[in-house]
Order: sequence, then structure tokens, then C-alpha cells
Amino acid sequence: MTTLTRRETLAAGFGAVLLPATLSAQPAPRPAELKIGVTTFLSGPASVFGVPSRRACEMLAEQINAAGGIAGIPMRPIFVDEGPGTDHLVGEIRRLVQSEGVHAIFQSISSGSCLACTPLSRELNKVMLLWDCGTQRIFEENRYDYAFRTQGYGTSEVLAPLLYLLKTKPNIRTLAVVNQDYAWGRDSWELWKTAMDALKPGVRVVAEMFPRFGSTDFSTEITRLLALRPDVIYSTSWGGELVTFIRQATERRLHERTTFVLPVAEASLQILGRSMPEGHIIGTRGDHWNNHPAPANPELFNSFVNAYRQKFNEYPIYPCHHMAQAVWALKAGVEKAVATKGGAWPSDAELAAAFRGLTFPTPTSTITLREDGQGLEDQIVGVSSFNDRFPFAVPKEMMLYPAAQVSAPIGQKSTDWLKTLQPAMIESTGRSI
Amino acid sequence: MKRYEPILGVLLAAGLVAAAIAAPWLRFVLTIALAKGIAVMGILLLLRAGQVSFGHALYIGFGAYTVAFLAPRVNDGAVLLLAAAAGAGVLGLMVGLFVTRYRQIFFGMLNLAMCMVFYSLLEKLYHITKGSDGIRVEIMPIAGQALDRVTYEWTVFGIALGLAFVLAFLLRLYLASPMGEALAGIKTRETRLEFMGVPARGVLLAAYVISAVVGGIGGALIAMTSRHVTPLLSYWTASGELVFIAILGGAGGVLGPFLGAAAYELVRVYAAASFADAWQMILGAVLLLVILFAPGGLWGMAARAIGGRGR
Amino acid sequence: MAEWFQDNGLLLGLALLDGLSSAGLIFLVAVGLNLVFGVLRIVNVAHGSLYAIGAYSAASIGIFLASRGLPGWASIPALVLSAALVGAVLGPLIERFLLRRIYAQEEVVQLLVTFALFMILEDVQKLVWGVQPIHHDQAMKLLGTIDIPFGADFIPFTNYQLFVLPGFAVVTLVGLAWFLRRTLTGRVIVAVTTDREAATAMGIDAQRIFLLTFTFGAMLAALGGALSSPTAALVPGVGAQTIVLSFAVVATAGLGQIEGAALTSLMMGLGRSIAVYFEPELEVVVPYIIMVLVLLVRPQGLFGVIETRRV
Repeated sequence: MTTLTRRETLAAGFGAVLLPATLSAQPAPRPAELKIGVTTFLSGPASVFGVPSRRACEMLAEQINAAGGIAGIPMRPIFVDEGPGTDHLVGEIRRLVQSEGVHAIFQSISSGSCLACTPLSRELNKVMLLWDCGTQRIFEENRYDYAFRTQGYGTSEVLAPLLYLLKTKPNIRTLAVVNQDYAWGRDSWELWKTAMDALKPGVRVVAEMFPRFGSTDFSTEITRLLALRPDVIYSTSWGGELVTFIRQATERRLHERTTFVLPVAEASLQILGRSMPEGHIIGTRGDHWNNHPAPANPELFNSFVNAYRQKFNEYPIYPCHHMAQAVWALKAGVEKAVATKGGAWPSDAELAAAFRGLTFPTPTSTITLREDGQGLEDQIVGVSSFNDRFPFAVPKEMMLYPAAQVSAPIGQKSTDWLKTLQPAMIESTGRSI
Repeated sequence: MKRYEPILGVLLAAGLVAAAIAAPWLRFVLTIALAKGIAVMGILLLLRAGQVSFGHALYIGFGAYTVAFLAPRVNDGAVLLLAAAAGAGVLGLMVGLFVTRYRQIFFGMLNLAMCMVFYSLLEKLYHITKGSDGIRVEIMPIAGQALDRVTYEWTVFGIALGLAFVLAFLLRLYLASPMGEALAGIKTRETRLEFMGVPARGVLLAAYVISAVVGGIGGALIAMTSRHVTPLLSYWTASGELVFIAILGGAGGVLGPFLGAAAYELVRVYAAASFADAWQMILGAVLLLVILFAPGGLWGMAARAIGGRGR
Repeated sequence: MAEWFQDNGLLLGLALLDGLSSAGLIFLVAVGLNLVFGVLRIVNVAHGSLYAIGAYSAASIGIFLASRGLPGWASIPALVLSAALVGAVLGPLIERFLLRRIYAQEEVVQLLVTFALFMILEDVQKLVWGVQPIHHDQAMKLLGTIDIPFGADFIPFTNYQLFVLPGFAVVTLVGLAWFLRRTLTGRVIVAVTTDREAATAMGIDAQRIFLLTFTFGAMLAALGGALSSPTAALVPGVGAQTIVLSFAVVATAGLGQIEGAALTSLMMGLGRSIAVYFEPELEVVVPYIIMVLVLLVRPQGLFGVIETRRV
């Protein structure tokens, strides 16, 4: 082994440290490629969402580039793992902007990541599209010029299943909640409880259970629920925990004693297959069910679903659709900004301005980015059922809730707005499809 | 080797400053590295006594949340740093009175237990802590000076670097003092210490409180840098990370933690940039290689390169 | 008090049943960790990875067998077989090529080697099994449920969780106790646990015992994983969740004490299920509270032996 002198060692160290800086380039007037930083979970339990969404993003980038790119420029996603925690992620966002020179950032599955990173859009003057996180706090507690959410959010994703429940089962008297013990589990319960107390006062909550995030055994919770026999069990759990909970619960016939309301069920239905019981209320955080009876653009819908199936041998789950929405929003936004400048490349501020009020098409409908940055995505809720087309549960007796009717108005906090809801809303909102 | 330490320290600091000037995003990574390095000095102190705490992320988390909670009321970085240090010290004293009765795995696991209880509280007390969403920390004045963002970031970097120097210097003095030398006694034969009339538990408790204080300072700096705190800061794997950095850097000298922390953060950033879904594997492999082929860690390597002795 | 029991006695009964099954699983994982620690004096963080790999392998083998149309009952021996396989392959590999190189080093270094291994194996699992939840619950379904009367009502329990899990735990406990007390190899293991120096001085081949114990511990970890796989969906990160509870069990039980591990697992399993019934928010911290209380009264752990202090 050669022995390095002190100077050589330090020089080598410096070279390594400075290398990425040399990669950074000032944004050229018209870039050779459109670099997009994408933060998503590639490790830990939430990678069940992160990895499929990454695949969807890569697939769409390939398709778009094959068709000539966005405004004539090929896009290149650069992925960053949310898994290691916020201090790492915040550093990575800076690296993406200041060293990789990305033109926009698709940001985060976890609410914590979104809350930590969205303020950076202001500091770094970069467009951020919040592609999957659902926390209502983002746009209700702050105003951002550079951040937009290209999908719905917690308030509508909780309110729509609640309205569906109260419409289809108006006589419920008792309810229990089993949510994961972290922000989404707690938030989605607070939203539900607030809305339920306004829409149907007097429903008794017989158990509030928040098992540890990442639990693998719910048998004790299930025993207690079997003994309590609530009319409804509400759970916004997802991923492995939802699969485990449903399987352990159905094995012990809990589903015969109660109705489950599972607003995030869609992502787990393929894995559950035939073990998902029929007749329970399921949601998909949006309107992109694989058996959507009347998508706005059936051709685009089928081509996306089939391409994904062909490539990865499974149906896309909702995070794939959310990722696709971000990609389509990006395409629409960039092309709008370029058109506004008469074909010249927009600055970051001009690009951000293009997104405000933007309406972009999705295969199922259109999404409008509201004045406050929040996307208006319709919600479809139904009850689980089986048919010949799919080897897993899909909804039937579907109701579509237009986003504007189940979102808090601009400037109002969701919890304040939900308190003002009137029972008449149960009948007046949503339509069967 | 010991006499090279200050020179090497200055060189390392100069390197950090140069890197932070050259690449603005590295300034952030390096500030975090300095903060972790400061916290790891506490681990180093306990390692002198042969005790491994698998729960020092408790103090990182405590320091960070102290800043997050008090920032809206106090709103001065300098005061918050002091508050975090003092708070962590008090907490360290309370926990320390209990855990310093134990040694080896019991010491390690009790620290782990405390850390996990704190983590659970941060998650459970959702209405106070906002659970896993965490709390945002806004840019704050430091020592009465209102700062814009870039100046603020440089100031925190400067404070971290300054504190690293001061604390490393104090730690060196402490290790050379009778209290510090007695720590090695706990590691080899505690009974002998007591025969000499040195209260072993008191020696360990003092070291433990110091380690808690530097942990709190590290946590406060992390909160001021990343400006968002989440419970993940005190999950058990974060505690493991601190011990990881201590061994990666080498337990031989006070520069070890900083070498280790800088290497750890940089490897993580580069690994994450090149192999986004296998960075854990790369970090793990680096650690294994260092342990198997470079006992004494990076500090030991540096020492050998200079021609002195690592320890 | 009597009134409280009248009101809640039935619920308490249910909590006991739930607690037993959860205790069985805790014990199976923790006892292997405890055995390895007792003999090798290494806190094996990678024990959690072995648990996860055991679970994943069992699910894969189960799915494979089912796809070949093998009868359902075969899935139960397949669980045990896959655990034995994982332990017999990975155990010796890890001991021979990794741990053996570092027995002479400090405890913290040994611990970190397993921590590094844990990080590497986390990513390996992801590469092999992907990130989507995997499950294979043929064994649980096959055995069906039993209705336990509850006042005028009845509560269905799965036979798998009510009988198989605790049953395996009891068989493992009795089998281990017999092995350690009645066979020569077992007694040698106990001798090494109690006093390694004296044992080697008397001509015991410590290396062979280390290899044997570690392989055995790996098998137990994998068995815990394999047995949990019919009830739970497997996702990345399942190992990290499991191992941290096992740490608490080992420290509370006393080093290398299998009866201690059994009693501790029982206390923690029951404590947690009772918490779910009466104060669900406490469930997560119950194991740590138990640990702290036990160590306050018995600093060497429930069944731990006070080591003679050497001068």
C-alpha cells in the first residue's frame, strides 16, 4: 500500500468533496433536458407506495420522451429516498436544486416530508409539485408561490367516505377507530370525528385505538372489537398494516359483525386478493379506480393501466396515478409557460405562475390547481365487490364526489369548515355513477 | 500524534469552510455533520469508560424539540442553544442517576429504553408535538441580530464550527484531567478505582451529563439547520448512527467524531445520489470495511498516514 | 377492586388469551438473541434481519408449495423447515466470516459489525423480495377458529394464534432447557456462558461452541419470523421493529437466561394486551416500563447472576 502524504490525502479529500459542485450548471436559457427531482420512499414500510410510483414516473418519462418530450425537451427524473428522515431529505432537496440543477421537484409521500420541504420552494425559488402527501396543513397554514398539490388532500379523502357511509347506512350508532399511530392516522381521525359530529351528532365512539406504526399483530385490537361489536370500524391504515389487519380480522369473522370504512384501501386490494371481504366501504384517495365506469379519456386511461401492467405485471395503485397526475401537470404547466413567453424558456417565477389556476386533464377527469395551490381531485367511493374482470376487490355502487363540494373553501381551515357542515349535505352531495 | 491534533483540527476546519464556500448545498450537509460530530463526542466520552449508549438520540431529539418548542417564545438562536444544552443536562442528570448504576448491556439497553419512550411520547402526544408531521423552525435572530437566510445559514455553520472547536478543546482537557483518566479505570477494573477512593459512579455520572449536554447542543444545531424536527431524530436507529459515527471516526482522539460525522454524511449523500435504493447497504459495507481493515477508524488511518500512533 | 373485577373480569380473560399468543412470539425471537448474547457476548442487531429473512423465506416457500398443489398441512412443517434452512445457511456464514474476526475487539465494535450487517441485510431483503407486502396465511386458515364464550356473546380466536404460537414457544422453552441441562453440548454452552475463561481453560473448544450457538440463535430468529408469517404481511422494515423489543427482553431477563426470557416475554405480552383493553395509548411503552421496574429491583435482570467483581 502506498502511503499518501498529508497534502495528497487532503487534496484527494477535497476533490471528492468538491466534485458534485462542478456538476452544477447555471440554468441555461433553454435546457437540454428537463431535470425533475422526485422524492419518494425507497426504503422502509412506505416503499410499498414509493417504488410503484417511481416505476410509474420512469415509465411515463420514457413515453413522453419517445413522443418528443415536454415542450420539445426530454424529461429526466432524479429520485431521492425519503426514508432516512427530514434532516437528510432537506439536504437532498438543496443538492437537487443547487448541484443537480433540477427545474422542478415532485415532492414527497409523507406529510412530515412535505411540511419540512415545501418552505424550501420559497427559499430556493423552485417549483414544487406535491404529488402524494395529504396533510391539509400545507396550504391552510401558509401561502406558497412555488408549491402546488396536483391531487386531492386529507379533507376530501376523509369526507367523501363519511358522506357515503351516512347515505348508505343512515342508522349507525356506534363506531370504533383503528388508525396507525402517526400524523396521518391522527389527522384523518380528527377530520372524520369533526365532520361526523356535524353531519350526524350522537354517534358514540366506543374505542379509539392507535396501534404503533408498523405493527404486525392486531389480534388484541381485533378481540376487543369483536367484543364491542361497533356498527362501523373506521381505519385509514395502509400498506402491510392494512393487509395484516384485514386478514387477521376476516379470519376471525369481524367483518360479519361490523362495516369497515377504509378510505385508503385501494393500494392494498391487489395484495389482499380474494381475502378482502365484500360489502365494505373503500376509497382510493381520488377517482382513479381500475374499474372506473366512465373515465373522461378511456383511451388514455387504458393505455396507462395496460402499459403499467405489461411492464410490471400488476395493476397500478393510487400512488402511480398520483405520480402520473404530477407528470401531466408538469407537462401542462411547462407548455403553458412556454406558450405564454411565445416559445422562449420561462424563468422559475414564470413557470410557477403558469401553475396557478392551471387545469390539466387526467385520464379520468380534469384537475384544477386552486388559487391557494391545492388541487381539486374528485373522489369516488364504493363498496367492495368481486367481478370476473379483476382477481381482486373493486368498488360497486360507486358515488362520485366533485372535489369542490368536499374541500374546505380557500382561506378556511378544514377543521373549522367541517364543523359548519349541515346534515342536508349527506343527500345533496355526490352522484351515483 | 497528540500534538498534531490541533493542527489537523485547523486543517479539517479549513477544509470544511472551503467546501461550504464552493458548494452551498454542502454547507447544509456539513453543518449537520458538525452537529452530529459534537453529539458524538459524548459517545466518545462514554466509550472511554467502556460503556456504549444505544440511546443518545434521546438528547439529540430533546435538544431539537427544545428549540422547536421555545423558538416562537424566545426567538433567539443563542439563547435557545443554551436552553437546549441546559435542558439536556438536567434530563441527562435525571436519567444518568438511574442508568449509571448499570454497566455494559444493561447500560446500553436502558438508554435505548429511555430513547424509545421519548420517541413514543413524541408520537403519542400528537396535539402538542404534531406527531410524525413534526414542527417547523423558522429562521431566528441570533444574539439579537436579525439575519437573512444565507447569513443565517452561514452563522449557524460558524457557530457549529466554533462550538466544535471549543467543545473539542474542553473535552481534551477533561480527558486529561483525573476525572477523565478515571473513566479508563471504569473500563478496565472498576473495583480498583474504588479501592483508590474514587467513586466510580460519580465519575461515570459526570461523563454522562456532559454527553447529554453535547447531545442537546448537537440536537439544537440540527433543528436550527434543517429547520424541521420530527420524532425520527430519536428513533433507535438514530442512536445506532451516533455509535456508528464514533467508531467510523475512531475513538482515539477528539477529532475522530468530526472525521466520522463528515465521512458518514458525505458517504450517505453520495450513496443516496448514486444508488437511491441501496444507500443503507453501501453505508453498512463502508462501516464493515473500516472495522475489519482499519481498526482505529478514520482517525487511526490518518494517524498512520502521518506516521504517528493512532492511540 | 372486587367491583372492578366484576365489571372487567371477562375482558381481562380475553386480554390474557391475547397476551399469551403475543408472548409466544416475543419469546421465540428474544430467546435466540439471549442465547447468543450469553455465549458470544455480542448484542446481535442483525437478529432482527434474520427474523425478517426467516419470515420472508417461509412465505416464499409456502407460496411455492401451494403453487405446486401440495396439501395444506404441508405448510406447517414448511415453516419450521424454512427457518432451519435460513439459520443453517446464514448462521455459519455470518459467524465464520464476520464475527470470528472480531471476537478479540471491544464490545462496541462487535455490536457495530452486526449493526452494519443489519443495514446491509435490510437492502438485501428489498432486492430479493421487493417492497409490496407479502403474505401466505395457509397455515392460519387451515387450522380454523375456535369460539370462546364471552358472556352471552362469543369471540372467535384463530387456533393458530391461540395454540400453535404459544405451543411452539413452550416446546422451544422445554426443549432448550432439556438441551442445556441434560446434554453434553448443552452443558458446555452453559459453562461458556457462565465463565468463558474457565471453560476454555478446561479444554472446551470455544470456537465450535460459538459457531453452534450462533447458528442455533439464527435458527430461532428465523423460526420466530417464519411462525409470524402466516398472521402478518411482510414489508420492509419489519426486522427493525422486532429487534428493539427483543433487546428489552434480553436485558430484563438476565443474560443468557432462557427461563428469564420466557417470564419476561409473558409479562410483556400480557402487559401490552391488557394496555390495549384499558389504556391503549400506553401499549407501546409498557415493555420499557416493565424493563425499568425489573432492573430497579433486580439490577442483574430477573434471572441474572451477579458476576463476581474482579480486582
